[in-house]
Amino acid sequence: MNAPAKVGIGTPLSRVDGTEKVTGTAKYAAEYNVPDLLYGVAVSSRIAKGRITALDEEAARAVPGVVDIVSHRNRPKQAWLDRSWKDELSIPGEPFKAFHDEQILFAGQPIAVVIAETFEAARFAASLVEVSYTEEAHNIDFEASLAEKFTPSHLKRRNNYHPPKNRGNADAAFKAANLTVEGEYHLATEHHNPMEMHASTVEWHGDGSITVFDKIQGPQGDQAYLASAFGLGKKNVRVVNSYVGGAFGSGLRPQWQVQLAVMAAIHLERSVRVVMTRAQMFTHAHRPECSYSIKLGAEHNGKLSAMINSATTSTSRFESNMEDIVVWGMMNYDCPNASGEYFIAPRDTYTSADMRAPGAATGMTLFEIAVDEMAYKAKVDPLDLRLLNYSNVDAMNETPFTSKALREAYREGAERFGWEKRTPQPRSMKEGRELIGWGVATGMWDAQFSKTAARAVLTDDGRLEVASAASDIGTGTYTVMVQVAADTLGITPEHIRAKLGDSDLPTAPVEGGSWGAASTGAAVQLACQSVAKQLLKAAEKIEGKPLHGANSIDDLVFADGAIALKTDPSRIVTITDVMKAAGLDRIEVEETASPGISGMISMMRKSRNTHSAIFCEVRVDEELNQVRVTRVVNAVAAGRIINPKTARSQILGGVVMGIGMALHEETFGDRQLGRWMNHNYAEYHVPAHADVEDIEVIFVDEPDPEVTPLGVKGLGEIGIVGTAAAVANAIYHATGKRVRALPITIDKLLDAEPDVA
Amino acid sequence: MITERAEALHHTAGRESGKRVAATPIATLPLQLTINGEERALQVEPWTTLLDLLREKLDLTGSKKGCDHGQCGACTVLIDGKRINSCLKLAVTLDGAEITTIEGLGQPGNLHQLQAAFIEHDAFQCGYCTPGQICSAQGLINEGHAHSRAEVREQMSGNLCRCGAYTNIADAVIEVLDRRANGEKQE
Amino acid sequence: MIRFDYSRPSGVNEAVQAGAGAQVAYLAGGTNLVDLMKENVARPLHVVDINRLPLDAIEEMDGGGLRLGALVTNADTAYDERVQRRYPLLSSAILAGASPQLRNAATNGGNLNQRTRCYYFYDVDTPCNKRNPGEGCGAIGGVNRIHAILGTSDHCIATHPSDMCVALAALNADIHVTGPAGERVIPIGEYHRLPGDEPWRDNTLKTGELVTAIDLPAEDFASHYTYLKLRDRLSYAFALVSVAVAMRIEDGAITEARVALGGVAHKPWRSPSAEELLVGEAPGDAIFATVAGAILEGAQGQGDNDFKIDLARRAIVRALHQAANGTPQSQTDKRIA
Repeated sequence: MNAPAKVGIGTPLSRVDGTEKVTGTAKYAAEYNVPDLLYGVAVSSRIAKGRITALDEEAARAVPGVVDIVSHRNRPKQAWLDRSWKDELSIPGEPFKAFHDEQILFAGQPIAVVIAETFEAARFAASLVEVSYTEEAHNIDFEASLAEKFTPSHLKRRNNYHPPKNRGNADAAFKAANLTVEGEYHLATEHHNPMEMHASTVEWHGDGSITVFDKIQGPQGDQAYLASAFGLGKKNVRVVNSYVGGAFGSGLRPQWQVQLAVMAAIHLERSVRVVMTRAQMFTHAHRPECSYSIKLGAEHNGKLSAMINSATTSTSRFESNMEDIVVWGMMNYDCPNASGEYFIAPRDTYTSADMRAPGAATGMTLFEIAVDEMAYKAKVDPLDLRLLNYSNVDAMNETPFTSKALREAYREGAERFGWEKRTPQPRSMKEGRELIGWGVATGMWDAQFSKTAARAVLTDDGRLEVASAASDIGTGTYTVMVQVAADTLGITPEHIRAKLGDSDLPTAPVEGGSWGAASTGAAVQLACQSVAKQLLKAAEKIEGKPLHGANSIDDLVFADGAIALKTDPSRIVTITDVMKAAGLDRIEVEETASPGISGMISMMRKSRNTHSAIFCEVRVDEELNQVRVTRVVNAVAAGRIINPKTARSQILGGVVMGIGMALHEETFGDRQLGRWMNHNYAEYHVPAHADVEDIEVIFVDEPDPEVTPLGVKGLGEIGIVGTAAAVANAIYHATGKRVRALPITIDKLLDAEPDVA
Repeated sequence: MITERAEALHHTAGRESGKRVAATPIATLPLQLTINGEERALQVEPWTTLLDLLREKLDLTGSKKGCDHGQCGACTVLIDGKRINSCLKLAVTLDGAEITTIEGLGQPGNLHQLQAAFIEHDAFQCGYCTPGQICSAQGLINEGHAHSRAEVREQMSGNLCRCGAYTNIADAVIEVLDRRANGEKQE
Repeated sequence: MIRFDYSRPSGVNEAVQAGAGAQVAYLAGGTNLVDLMKENVARPLHVVDINRLPLDAIEEMDGGGLRLGALVTNADTAYDERVQRRYPLLSSAILAGASPQLRNAATNGGNLNQRTRCYYFYDVDTPCNKRNPGEGCGAIGGVNRIHAILGTSDHCIATHPSDMCVALAALNADIHVTGPAGERVIPIGEYHRLPGDEPWRDNTLKTGELVTAIDLPAEDFASHYTYLKLRDRLSYAFALVSVAVAMRIEDGAITEARVALGGVAHKPWRSPSAEELLVGEAPGDAIFATVAGAILEGAQGQGDNDFKIDLARRAIVRALHQAANGTPQSQTDKRIA
């Protein structure tokens, strides 16, 4: 057989779920046509804090079509213990329990859900429910909340929180430094705002069991949570999330709409759908607001000698959300003296949550603005300064990296961008009335791996099904599964079906942290290798034993639906012939990929990270201060790329969200009312088509067999990290105006004075 | 000082007005629509939007609800060939209209040029804004005002994509525009 | 959205009769009213669907003007060959607003009557004098980055959100309305109003009155005009500040100039006395700055929106240059001309 056509790892296979998505046949949580479905619309709290004293439901219940109203007064039984409400990614504190009692903890909290035969009747009736409250003093203002900031004690920390490890004597080094930069940096509250609003369709089967079509990033965590919180028993809850219309972290933990839908279904013993409104999408997860004080000291040439970090992020009063904010610069840069401290400050809002690259998107980005400032102080090219302070090891943990091709990313990115043509002085590049600025920043994120199982079923028609309870939130998991399977067994992708997004499937973690491709991919590969071994064994039964001499599957080539000997490609047999010869109508295996002991040891001894170099061009109208991001090059070092097409899209998406972080995204809170005010897509701005011109993505070569079984590092988050800093730094280069608070809206730029002539 | 409630407040009023009519059933009205080429004689309540009619009553869930307020474009469909936000149209107002949704544009095995181009260019990730983007792109082609990349970007700006697939969407739309400009026509 | 009765008259008289009652709303394109109904801000008990009324034509007027039917969509207006050739300012302003989908549905009459984007007006769980007279204004002392700097009152600091109306104000359009008391014509400058003590009144329409047409007088501003809009993203966003300029220049001197601002007041803002300063002047930075200062005389920030004063000043100067130079702002090329 000559050079068999093989769509494997590394080929730009088009998304295997593409047809479903472009034809509208992909079903999202609110789109399952369940018989006798009822519609629930939530009534949201007007006040930010206090107690419900009365609920007047009379008018609402009079609306024709209204079936019932569920609230704290008549809800079905809920688990009492907080631990029964813990989800896969719970954090210390008391998880939010809708309708638990009359307490109001945040504005927009669901108070009741009106259930009706039609959505319209439920919506109308929900507007008629009258709630009386006693109000209590509240605060949603971050600045004010800083007075209450604290660092949770060890036992009350998120288990994935990494405290900063200090080195040297940062204070003394800073005092002694030739050059210093000192600033207060800030990131506004952002809301995830996936395009699909959080929705749950609960199908009541009548035998005590339910199927929940939910917007969630992990069906099994959701299943366990619902079973536990509502005393249903895990067997009676199946969660399906075949398609998820974006989430970016908002679906890591079950949101309140699923609580409402399940409670209503139990209460009425009927199928119920609850969909949040866009305004209600602002009543749950959001990226914490952050205030970050950075002091950098350096020698005359820009070599860093001190970094002092102190950051605070927002959380709620009922849970302690923590992020790794201050560690990124400490890990990334070679600097003998570094210290960090971190606090959280409670506000009367829902708990802040992980949003695309939590911690790094905030901390690394703001730190990279400070680094840029030091470059100007030292009169060193910002890229050269980063190279001057380049660290080959994780400088905070003093561990080597499994791989770090950031230097190559800097080089290839700079080359593609044309960085050498940059003139160093701010305001030195101009075309017409527009100042042009070029900025650079560094990105860094974790390369994680999470224990995952997958099943592979090969049938005698040569078709393969691979399945895992993973999720595809736009990340390309379906495609990765097919591609890894195709690579392993040499079966054409058209003959492979990937199944995911169902709690009935083999165990997989929630989709988050960018571990999906590495982990699910590894599990699929293991399962397919196991199938391959069975095929090798079965081939012994073929007359003439064409594969004889192969001691393991490593001695075989799987391609084009056939198996051949590596040493003698003429010794070849089709998969279907093998199965027929062995009398097999199917081979079914399930395998679990886990780090294993060597992996665990490696995890302790080495740091595993993705890195990126982002180059950005902005054009700023000199008088009006309108900013256009005209060009971005993001060079990423993320190990092995399974699919360059979908991988590129992941980075593009991160860059676009980074542009939003730099220029647009900010949720405004009214202090007096204690509520977010721009709770819609018209006034909470995310980038539109017109805001995004030219983005180039480069994947630099970074072989890393150690980081994960496939050498894959994951790409869901690295694209956003640092991007906003590249934009901010470009704006400074264009205008000479250093804005340290993101987003850099036109008002901030108007008010800022250039710090150069 | 505010001294009076205005009679000019002819369609804004507090919760009281809703309460007064709470128990009054809403009428059901006949509605004739052609949806994806199929004539449908429907009965609808006047407060049902075209989007909710499609999604909840007709099981045409390809049109998406991303905001329900005309601020995202996910619900974009073609009415008599023109793209509009179906979330802001009361269905009853459309009597006699011809509606094309993503399901009518092309189907698995029979993809529309735009659908194929979107797949080829990976012009989506989560897929939720995608049907709206594609219907919008078809509307853009019908309108004939966009030729350059800048024009495509501006004319597609009514469709948000939170996954950030904008550059790929622009590539896909431009490819189809170019192919049509070069004489390759879709029937 | 509350329960309502629905009717679909086919004639103007029939519509006006149906519109005479209390809590009646005329429904055209629906892009604003349906939105407001979903938010429970608008709670009409009766919706009169006027889409079948014969108000969907653009017609030549005696004397060279153009009459825009109230039900012509914003898109059909903006792309009408006569509008593009004779009133490019209007075309440009329309295309600066909303999205293609919204412009395909939104009508000219509806655009005139669209309501403010004030966060508090839109959120029924917050106080708003415009929505609930006497309730107080949440935006004063609240989140007011997008609010007015001119013509505010102690009761309301909302802005009118339209782009089209800013151009209409510069073009001295006339609004035709029909109501229970018959027909009348309202000059655009008197159509929208300042909030004063009655912030719930956006305009001077009387109960039951229906917009039937917009007349554009025959004036030649096709050479020197611009619509410059500044906003928080480059498309599909409401104006923070916008400037419409219509200008005539003869022998190097300005013979007439009209400047209307959007995003800064409860109505498109014009200052005839400031415009007068331009007459007889040659275009130039100094006079433009003087005029900008004059237009913004009395401008008052509310805190978050203080920047709008400076932004408006700069935008006026730039827009005057664009108009004088015959380089109107493109609504596609986001580089500011």
